[in-house]
Amino acid sequence: MSRPRKNQRAYHVVGTPRPKVDAYGKVTGRALYADDIMLPRMLYARLLRSPHAHARILSIDVRRALELPGVVAILTGEDLPQKFGILPSSQDELALAIDKVRYVGDPVAAVAALDPETLDEAMKLINVQYEELPALMSIDEALSHPEVKINEDARIGNIHKAVSYEFGDVEAGFADADYIREDWFYYEGNTHAPLEAHACVASWEPNPSDPVGGKLTLWSSTQTPHYVHRELSKVLKIPQSHIRVIAPPVGGGFGGKSDPFSHEICACELSRRTGRPVKITCTREEVFLLHRGRHPVKMWIKTGVKRDGTLTAMHFRSFLDGGAYGSYGVATTYYTGVLQTVTYQLPCYKFEGMRLFTNKPPCGPKRGHGTTQPRYAVEAHMDKLAHDLGLDPVAFRRHNLIKPYTRTINGLRVTSCALGECLDQVVAHSNWHEFHAAKAAPSKNGQKHDPIKCGLGIAASSYICGAGKPIYWNDLPHSAVQIKLDRGGGITVYCGATDIGQGSTSILAYVVAEELGVQPEQIHLETADTTLTPVDLGSYSSRVTFMAGNAAIAAARKLRDQIFMVAAEHLQLTAERLTAADGIIYAEDDPGLALPFVKAVQMAEARFGALVSSGSYAPPEGIHGNYKGAGVGPSPAYSYSACAAQVAVDLETGELTVEKLWLAHDVGQSINPLLVAGQVEGGAYMGFGEAVMEQQIFRKGRHKIPSLLDYKLATTLDTPEIETILVEIPDLEGPFGGKEAGQGPLNPVIPAIANAVYNAIGVRIDETPITPDKILRAIRAVTDTRTTQRAQIAPVAAPSPWPTRLITWRPEQDTVQAQPVPAKGGDD
Amino acid sequence: MRELITLRVNGERHEVAVVPHHTLLEVLREDLGLIGTKHGCELGECGACTVLIDGAPVLSCLTLPVEVQECEITTIEGLEHNGKLHPLQETFAELGAAQCGYCTPGMILSGVALLNACPAPTREQMREALAGNLCRCTGYTKIYEAIDAAVQRLATADVSAAHERGKG
Repeated sequence: MSRPRKNQRAYHVVGTPRPKVDAYGKVTGRALYADDIMLPRMLYARLLRSPHAHARILSIDVRRALELPGVVAILTGEDLPQKFGILPSSQDELALAIDKVRYVGDPVAAVAALDPETLDEAMKLINVQYEELPALMSIDEALSHPEVKINEDARIGNIHKAVSYEFGDVEAGFADADYIREDWFYYEGNTHAPLEAHACVASWEPNPSDPVGGKLTLWSSTQTPHYVHRELSKVLKIPQSHIRVIAPPVGGGFGGKSDPFSHEICACELSRRTGRPVKITCTREEVFLLHRGRHPVKMWIKTGVKRDGTLTAMHFRSFLDGGAYGSYGVATTYYTGVLQTVTYQLPCYKFEGMRLFTNKPPCGPKRGHGTTQPRYAVEAHMDKLAHDLGLDPVAFRRHNLIKPYTRTINGLRVTSCALGECLDQVVAHSNWHEFHAAKAAPSKNGQKHDPIKCGLGIAASSYICGAGKPIYWNDLPHSAVQIKLDRGGGITVYCGATDIGQGSTSILAYVVAEELGVQPEQIHLETADTTLTPVDLGSYSSRVTFMAGNAAIAAARKLRDQIFMVAAEHLQLTAERLTAADGIIYAEDDPGLALPFVKAVQMAEARFGALVSSGSYAPPEGIHGNYKGAGVGPSPAYSYSACAAQVAVDLETGELTVEKLWLAHDVGQSINPLLVAGQVEGGAYMGFGEAVMEQQIFRKGRHKIPSLLDYKLATTLDTPEIETILVEIPDLEGPFGGKEAGQGPLNPVIPAIANAVYNAIGVRIDETPITPDKILRAIRAVTDTRTTQRAQIAPVAAPSPWPTRLITWRPEQDTVQAQPVPAKGGDD
Repeated sequence: MRELITLRVNGERHEVAVVPHHTLLEVLREDLGLIGTKHGCELGECGACTVLIDGAPVLSCLTLPVEVQECEITTIEGLEHNGKLHPLQETFAELGAAQCGYCTPGMILSGVALLNACPAPTREQMREALAGNLCRCTGYTKIYEAIDAAVQRLATADVSAAHERGKG
């Protein structure tokens, strides 16, 4: 890891590498994950899932299973008839199917028993009669068979959502162009595969004197306890005040634990019915079926460009394979289009997207949510444009970069942007110019017939630092933090933020420690508990460092003001002269004038009473356009990344080796550079796997490879060396200038590898993953005219005209220059 | 029907009544409460359930307890002695090698077996030794760095221990 820029401000905690606050629990086996929770009299439960991709349920007979000794309770669809879903606009899921199943894995019954062995038997004794229906397993099949209606939420045929936008005058933009190019790309979907399978324990505590009848606690491996809380209340008809959702340490999520799930609801209902704690731990196969992973997307791009490389117009279309239910899919559909403008400056832009229902596990958000697929397509397309125009791909990108503190043609406010610096860094570290000069030079003797061809490719990207709008419309804070100080010097921080391994709990500790001038290890943290902690919307959209970090700063500053006030009086100086570090409050200009933090806390408690504070954060207003649908894409800031990939391709076998990845990431300011580098490396690793090996294949309606052995994930033997470069130019609104690192760095990796493959062999693959068979086929398609051409990517039955009303919009002239807006602090 | 067997785990002797077809993973977690051993697949695919059996890394989800009654079993809980962590545990924590932490116990135990067999492994040797332990968070980079740091720490500890012995 390298960090070319030094901190612009002296911090004591921020910016220094240090262990995560929960690291020791994890390396000693002490950390309690959801499945590690075992309660007295706990029952085990499991869901019976559909073996058919699409079928009508004729009858479900559970009598024989109920009679089995050890079975305590069974639920079927009618027991939980309330529909739910993560988005208010996609309320299409049932805890257990009632009339119809829509994918292999759709839950139909839930059984609670004394032990897992009894569950095995009980599952076999439930008799479900199905009438099979035709299953549609691809974008093309969904478009070709509108008469087979998979999901009633589809507006036309199997089109779940269609959107259409034009920003600025696209026709004029293309008329301005000296050169226009069109391309089709296909991004195959893939799944998160967190190492921890989804698990939960529900415990209902009856209270006959409470009209509600009792209180419910759910421990679940979820990224979004707040949304699970809301959906449980809705489906179970229990007031939110009587439900407590706790996310214990989560063993990886990557977006796969962001939805409210059937198993969570069923565990709660089984606990309420039996009066006993109930645990459900999904099997690895079930994790593949729960999915909510990366949408397969077909994409078409048409771009106009001037001879000098200036972009004049872009028209982008996406077709998303959504699987059987809505999940986050409406947001995903928007995300395939809205961020194209945040990387390169586009004077006009047209975006049409559509999501199709298919009979597959529902797709949802995976790291990079909806932006990874178009980033791959746009960056490969940009490389082709540069090649066509005879321009250097780096210079072409640099020429078109978005400028910091501007507004995009679709109305998004951009603040800090160090993408140019990121590109320069990966170019320098990868010896880009030397590599390409050597490649262009005439080959030496003996190398001519070497079947191994090397290539170096590059790509750029951007990502949101948190969704600018909450999932359900409200004016409430997106994140809030409470801090309590006690006279012993104890500091307790309460925040709903959910640590899924990314380090959000640690970030809270660092931020509060920096503000109060103490060591992070001194701070006690209570997180991700809907009863104990104030709201945080969840670990999605790379929002936590930015939003919970700012909320923590706001809360800590209030306490610091109180402590500094009494310390200043005691030391007989003005509070402005004071600073604090390592548990000592002292005059910055005369460190001899000092007071221990503990003493100051005692004096402040004597003066003000018990010391508590709160702070909250909501993104600023006016960071997006004023058109319908403008709520997806705005963010208080955007992170930027660039990747260079070096590959070697064997022309004879098609084998692709990614030798090294260089990744420069504009993080604004790292709160802990060790954790930022960890996120960058993890993102690069995950992008690498998506680019070259992960395959989401279905056969006869079934997931073909629902196991960690056959679904290829990169091991130590596969993973290339990853060199991380952190670019730190503080953002004016980020916490200490910080921006996200969890998702953005994944995005440029896939196109950088794709572009490197082209650089190596001179042939484009244009779909992911880039596997040896596709490489060989692509090579043969150009060298051997007898072989068939590659399959056409364009959908066979694309609707024309686009089946939704076109929304046209352009920004007002005076809003093009965006002014930094100070972060909105909350009240006590 | 349960069967009474004896297991030696982390230097302690346990008499356990086990369901004979339950795996060592299940018995460690559910009968002995050693939840530090994780399960990612229960099919021998991910390495999260790795424990040491007579010092060798073994997948506890593919092992039956009756087979290992005569063996010394080490789980993550057994690496810590009187509150003092194994150097690999320390460096995994210090250098960010544990993110979500779910692969970490298995990864550390595979690392311990590697260092016992090969006190100064090359990157290639690390790749070979850890190839059966999937990690979805780190990209493995920080894990290699933690092993490098532990090698240094163990070497220094050996030198100072030798020094101590020399003085005695």
